[in-house]
Amino acid sequence: MTTEAADPVDAAAIAPAADAGFLQRWGTEIEYILIPGAALVAALVLFGIFVALFGKNPLDLYWYMYYGAFGTWFSWQNTLTRAAPLILTALCTALPAQLGMVIIGGEGALLIGALAATSAALALQGMPPLVVQIAMVVAGMAGGGLWILLSGALRQYRGVNETISSLLLVYIALAILNHLVEGVMRDPASLNKPSTREIGAANMIGSIPGTDVHWGLVFGLIVAVAAYVLIYHTTFGFAARVAGGNIRAAKIVGLSVGRLILTVCFLAGACAGLAGMVEVAAVQGRTNANLAVGYGFTGILVAFLARQNPLAIIPVAILLGGINASGGLLQRRLGLPDASVLVLQGIIFISVLASDALYGRIGFLKGKS
Amino acid sequence: MDFGRISRRHLLQGGAALTLGAAAGLRPAFAAETTIGFIYVGSRDDYGYNQAHAQGAAALKKLPGLKVIEEEKVPETDAVEKTMESMINLDGATLLFPTSFGYYNPHMIKMATKYPKLRFEHCGGLWSEKDPKNAGSYFGYIDEAQYIAGIVAGYTSKSGKLGFVAAKPIPQVLRNINAFTLGAKLANPKATTQVIFTGDWSMPVKEAEATNSLIDQGVDVLTCHVDGPKTMVENAARRGAFVTGYHVNQSPLAPKAYLTGAEWNWEALYPKFVKMLAAGESIPNFYRGGLKEELVKVSPYGEAVSEQARKHADEIKAKFLGDGYTIFKGPIKDNKGNTVITAGTERGQKDPELEKMDYLVEGVIGATS
Repeated sequence: MTTEAADPVDAAAIAPAADAGFLQRWGTEIEYILIPGAALVAALVLFGIFVALFGKNPLDLYWYMYYGAFGTWFSWQNTLTRAAPLILTALCTALPAQLGMVIIGGEGALLIGALAATSAALALQGMPPLVVQIAMVVAGMAGGGLWILLSGALRQYRGVNETISSLLLVYIALAILNHLVEGVMRDPASLNKPSTREIGAANMIGSIPGTDVHWGLVFGLIVAVAAYVLIYHTTFGFAARVAGGNIRAAKIVGLSVGRLILTVCFLAGACAGLAGMVEVAAVQGRTNANLAVGYGFTGILVAFLARQNPLAIIPVAILLGGINASGGLLQRRLGLPDASVLVLQGIIFISVLASDALYGRIGFLKGKS
Repeated sequence: MDFGRISRRHLLQGGAALTLGAAAGLRPAFAAETTIGFIYVGSRDDYGYNQAHAQGAAALKKLPGLKVIEEEKVPETDAVEKTMESMINLDGATLLFPTSFGYYNPHMIKMATKYPKLRFEHCGGLWSEKDPKNAGSYFGYIDEAQYIAGIVAGYTSKSGKLGFVAAKPIPQVLRNINAFTLGAKLANPKATTQVIFTGDWSMPVKEAEATNSLIDQGVDVLTCHVDGPKTMVENAARRGAFVTGYHVNQSPLAPKAYLTGAEWNWEALYPKFVKMLAAGESIPNFYRGGLKEELVKVSPYGEAVSEQARKHADEIKAKFLGDGYTIFKGPIKDNKGNTVITAGTERGQKDPELEKMDYLVEGVIGATS
């Protein structure tokens, strides 16, 4: 008491200086956490108001959302299972975004990847499971990669807008899948649900020991970290970001922009293709129309919410996985319609995008005050 | 230390919110009654497949001592496994009705194996000896009701041209188209059924196009086999054509145009199942039946149905309800001129050959591929 009172000037002089140093160094990082966090809270409040309009208690809503997504060990597994494919499909949008490209066709790459992986497994029946699984990974990634490569090539050589072409390729991929699954690849025993033959129980990749969460989550984590390293810690990633920042400047300094575009598109598609492979090898055991459930489209949302940062994709995918996981509980306990989860996703999307305007404008984070 | 203070304050607020949430969450206590979970692939007010099941669920809600929980729009992926587990772990469900065809294998089988003490009842699957004993599949011979509807349609049509908007050329759908056509030919031997396949279970735009195109070709009575008949019924009625319904009674959508329809009777079956379990009996793993067993029913006739049509239709219905009646009785030719059921062969409802149907009978205009 006495010491503090005795020397107030000193304390005041030291504290802000320390603050300013801390914030100058970390202000940007804090912004990256604080602003999306605030946007998320704002979205939850708005959603609470929305739900209150339907005569439901928003506190019940928040509790059930927490309980259904993270409240129990089961809920956590539910959330992580739903997050797994989203990490990979989000990378399909986030990687090309480094080059300033907006690819929204991850769903198509996922379907083609699944088809390719299934074909590989069916062609290699009788081989040791590890060989089959590796072949499935390679085939799935190659299939998905080539699919998005098409969009990249159309953009590079024909000037076709990659957003439109990748979206339209989704419908072509779905048509190819249905055509093959209901035609030459159909298992004659799949009477009322046209499907390919099963890849065989031995070739399934199974769950992470001690959990119900399949290995797709681990694949997603590894690939996301690898993508982060590639983009932020290699010359290739640096070149991609330079080209994304200013394509003319990149060309002037001699970067092969065409090759960058094609490579990045291939890698992006490979991520979504891997997601397709995982859906076959960990969940469905075969290919059929059930694979087209929109993981590719939710991935776009995840990538944008994560501001196209591969590492940020991981928590965002888990968050959206959690929202989806708790959606069922909201329907059952609160009698909310299924679409309410979509409303929440929409509100989050809008508020996070709108919060972009706040970066660099929060005074105290700049150490100015 | 601005940042530290904010963080502490946030932490406190977060903690308060959690405590409040927890208190709120305790209020809806778990009751000591039997909990039954229903899972739908679409929305439960679709005037179609899912609504039929929701009506069955509603019938259970009226019984004392039962708690019915529902979740809609659950895709046929591991999402349905998690929904089942969520109902089991978080709501204490002991009897589950995953109602969509694609939920059966591998998803429901996996859950039934994991939770051997709980009961799983699936609509449409083909339970076999190798499947878990606590799993079951039930389905109705709705082609009997389609046959009756075909008779009514045959009498009502002035042009003799009937239309059928169908999802996919799979056995269940082909069986309905064939039964409808054979019924119509009882009334008018020259009647034809023009069929259009939309390619998927819920394609409202294609269903509307198909409806219009059929009417443009002179069709004046239409029916369908898609998940939601609403589109076909409303569009056909608007164009002045008559319709026979499917899944549930669609007469509220088009009171004047609605002749009759083939409906599921889950509101009779589900209470029957629950009573069996309550009495300590087990539900047969493979449960099938038609009009007589009250698994399906025929909608009440609309005002446009003639006396003659009512009389003939009632006569055949009485046979189904009485000693039995065989729809697929040889000789039957397909629409390419091949004999598919030879003279003297009667394929009764339980004949496994009918589950593999891959042809359209004479009188149907259209192709399976």
